[in-house]
Amino acid sequence: MRLEMKILKTFRFGGIHPGAEKLTAGRTIRVLSLPEKVILPVVQHAGSPAAVIVKVGDRVKTGSLIARMSGAVSANIHASVSGIVTKIEETVDASGYKINSVQITREGDDWDDSVSLTPVIKDFTPQEILQKIKEAGIVGMGGASFPTHVKLEIPEGMKVDTLLINGVECEPYLTADHQLMLEKGEEILQGTQLLMKVLGVDRAIIGIEVNKPDAIHSLNNLSKKYVGITVEALAMKYPQGSEKQLIQALTGRQVPPGALPASVGVLVNNVATTYAVYEAVTKNKPLIERVVTVTGKSVKLPGNFLVRIGTPINELIEAVGGMPENTGKVVIGGPMMGRTVANLHIPVTKGMSGIVLIPDSEASRQTDLPCIRCAKCVEGCPMNLEPYLMMQLVEKGMWDLAEENHITDCMECGSCSFTCPSARPILDNIRIGKSKIRKIRSDQQKSNAKS
Amino acid sequence: MSNILTVSPSPHTKGEESIPKIMRTVIVAMIPAMIMSVIFFGPASLKIMAVAVIACLLFEYSIQKYLLRVPTTIRDGSAVITGLLLAFNLPSGIPVWLVVAGSLVAIGIAKLSFGGLGQNPFNPALVGRVFLLISFPVQMTTWSANITTTDTFTGATPLGLLKEGLRSGKSLTQIASDSQIPGYFDMFWGNMSGSLGEISAIAILLGGLYLLWKKIITWHIPAAVLGSIFLFEGILWILAPGRFMDPVFHLITGGAMLGAFFMATDLTTSPMTPKGKLIFGAGIGVITMCIRNFGAYPEGISFAILIMNGFTPLINATVKPKRFGGK
Amino acid sequence: MSETLIYTIVVISAIGAVSAVVLYWVSQKFQVYTDPRIDEAEALLPASNCGSCGFPGCRAFAEACVAAENMSNLSCPVGGAETMQAVARLLGLEAGHFKPRTAVLRCNGTCEYRPKTSNYQGVKTCIAVSSLYRGETDCQYGCLGYGDCVPVCQFDAIHLNPVTHLPEVDDVKCNGCGACVDACPRLLIELRRQMPKHRKIFVACRNQDEGLVALKACSVACTGCSKCFEVCTFGAIEMQKNLAYIDAEKCTLCRKCVSVCESNSILEMNFPARKIKNEA
Repeated sequence: MRLEMKILKTFRFGGIHPGAEKLTAGRTIRVLSLPEKVILPVVQHAGSPAAVIVKVGDRVKTGSLIARMSGAVSANIHASVSGIVTKIEETVDASGYKINSVQITREGDDWDDSVSLTPVIKDFTPQEILQKIKEAGIVGMGGASFPTHVKLEIPEGMKVDTLLINGVECEPYLTADHQLMLEKGEEILQGTQLLMKVLGVDRAIIGIEVNKPDAIHSLNNLSKKYVGITVEALAMKYPQGSEKQLIQALTGRQVPPGALPASVGVLVNNVATTYAVYEAVTKNKPLIERVVTVTGKSVKLPGNFLVRIGTPINELIEAVGGMPENTGKVVIGGPMMGRTVANLHIPVTKGMSGIVLIPDSEASRQTDLPCIRCAKCVEGCPMNLEPYLMMQLVEKGMWDLAEENHITDCMECGSCSFTCPSARPILDNIRIGKSKIRKIRSDQQKSNAKS
Repeated sequence: MSNILTVSPSPHTKGEESIPKIMRTVIVAMIPAMIMSVIFFGPASLKIMAVAVIACLLFEYSIQKYLLRVPTTIRDGSAVITGLLLAFNLPSGIPVWLVVAGSLVAIGIAKLSFGGLGQNPFNPALVGRVFLLISFPVQMTTWSANITTTDTFTGATPLGLLKEGLRSGKSLTQIASDSQIPGYFDMFWGNMSGSLGEISAIAILLGGLYLLWKKIITWHIPAAVLGSIFLFEGILWILAPGRFMDPVFHLITGGAMLGAFFMATDLTTSPMTPKGKLIFGAGIGVITMCIRNFGAYPEGISFAILIMNGFTPLINATVKPKRFGGK
Repeated sequence: MSETLIYTIVVISAIGAVSAVVLYWVSQKFQVYTDPRIDEAEALLPASNCGSCGFPGCRAFAEACVAAENMSNLSCPVGGAETMQAVARLLGLEAGHFKPRTAVLRCNGTCEYRPKTSNYQGVKTCIAVSSLYRGETDCQYGCLGYGDCVPVCQFDAIHLNPVTHLPEVDDVKCNGCGACVDACPRLLIELRRQMPKHRKIFVACRNQDEGLVALKACSVACTGCSKCFEVCTFGAIEMQKNLAYIDAEKCTLCRKCVSVCESNSILEMNFPARKIKNEA
């Protein structure tokens, strides 16, 4: 397809243009050497923690189940290496708070018997596919980590007609999905087909931002063999990869606030998740490894790594030449929505797509100045809200008005704080408002339930 | 690693927009109009611009340091812009002490007494100008001859000549031939009488397009102001061409262009949403034309902008963007 | 002219008189009967409307007192025993036994004891930091030092110490209303029974981590070693999840636990200095 001549689709409201900073673009995925021990938290997904089914001292094989999903929204967790379970205790996670984790000291790399090393291609039924996805503990790997099998179970009354595959990767610095599309394009398309089968749709669109022309061309060529799968190039704009914005860009449909994408007939899955689905269905391979981009302006050898879940992140940082002297922030994820961590002994989890090491010179926030009512935040908000107003209401503690102004619609993309000329902490205040309103509403519900 | 890491909520990167950058861009956008004003009014215009800027800076510094006892903000460039815009709204012959008085009102009353940058409800330069106009009407409506004109030129502005002529009962064709209302090309270029910054439509247009390109302002307010002027006057002119001038005349005379691109678009005093901006601009256009056609003053855009500034909070509270997916 | 004047005076006086009559009639007709004792009781209360009595404001509390048959459950911490006795006298009832309480910060992790391991940038409130991560030190239970507890106090009784960054309670001004307790996202402030001379003994720690882990984060953390539990003859100390807790109702202020605590986690306040024993 000729990209230069087309006017590319994109989402309608707002959006910003942070620099792409794709320092690791084109770097082939390197397999990181296996870690000596892995730490597997029982929550690596949205929903209830998985229940641990192993004891200290048990021997496990790579891919064997170590924690079973419990609750309506949950996911299985599997051993990512073979060895002995040495500890089941609370360890520090990315937020600095503690979470129950299973620690395994590695011995070799023996795979569980259920996992086949070569793919088995046959005509799976939708139920078989869904069951394998469920057993494999697959969650959304774009960052939200929502259990995929729950997402694929469309609620009563809704019908999906289009599957969207998210190859956008709009966050600066991250290239994990890009490399995966280049190196595993065929598998991603097969995974797309499997997902289409589960949903019973005959149409799938893979959305890729135009700064990845090689991936667009490669997948476009490969997709010709597959019926119903097309590739669309999208204009570069953040947050194109956000679910609701991607749906609007590719189909023009707007998901109402608080509703599921299925309510407008669409389902979105990340390319890495789709690849994991392929591996789960054709090889019975659970989600135990993923591609992570480790990068930063001062990093010596930034790259894309295939790493086992549970690997402590300091091993990844060693692999890129060690932590640069001038590192000010370590960000898990991309710089727009990622979270900073203070301690490097945390493990790689299912939703971790990148580690960005930001130098001191860029790590400090600028001093904030008064709001000059320039409306750049309103122009930039992809949900068409008024961030300046929500910040003001939160500062004054006017929670009712903040709720009326739809503060709960905010998806915390950061476009407002990014674009504010006065460097005001708009998103910080919106978050405070959202959590306060959540607490007020849940307290109200509790007291209503009592009376 | 010797230092400890920084932890903060996302986002961890920042765009290039900043207040000094915005102010610098606006000042650059005003350069064509400044050049034209020196060409047509000579060194007097430089004197007034310099006095206005220096007075604004001095007043901001001293009021903040000695009266309010807060850190001074003169370095952000907003006082410079207020001074320049105030100068743009003054006639070239105005005595220096009046420029200083106007600066004091603009900075001290219209800006600092409301809390400084970002807190003022009314455009400070316009408040200064209207204060001078109402308190010193003679000095504010004594127009020096444009230095490129001939001796017979009385120096009145085209709108002033129009208002006077209509009041004394002349018809439009009579006014055009009796008085020295310049030709359209001259007026577009700036070869006419008026305030320092408002005469040259082309210079203002250039500056305005620069501001649009640099994304400091959006197209909504200028389009709405000029569009509503054009439409309102267009309808009146079609209905009674002997009584009302054509809309193009009204677009290029007086402060219409300057108001549309530089005064109404002031970030703090204009609405925050695109729809709100259109309503705001339309209101300005309609009020301006009412004053020009039916009011006592020959030019009304300063009053129109200040009136609509007053409506901005109401517009912000009622004209809300439709949220994503909302009905 | 004088005609106009007389006319004006008459008309305006008439309007005034008619309005007065109408207003009086309306106020009589639509009057709501309230027990006058409610007003009297309310006048005796401190008018702080802090809600620590459990009622929404002093007026509501006055109404509850007037309506009550028994005042044993009604207590105004701000007004104290005096106020409750005055109200009881007014209503001809017996005031309940007043138990004054005071606020205490269960953390002593100053910068000296609890080193900073990360640098926070963002909105400087405790609630913002605690919802983002564990805080600038390695203790996820400890005081964050941004003072959310300070502005909620109506009685000017709590202030942030600029050196230690920990809040300090002014015992004289604190009346145990509980506003600071609700403000702390880490639940570090506790209302404890007020003892004579404002003396207090409490475990200044809420760290539930294992001993070594806790000590690594803060050198005055409670390790859960149980030495205090063993030495207390009044059964005032209970151990739970690597943490000791001193029950103020049972504590007799004997200070034996303070001397055996090896990490100096138990604080004693407003006691005379101990005599230093000579090393033999």
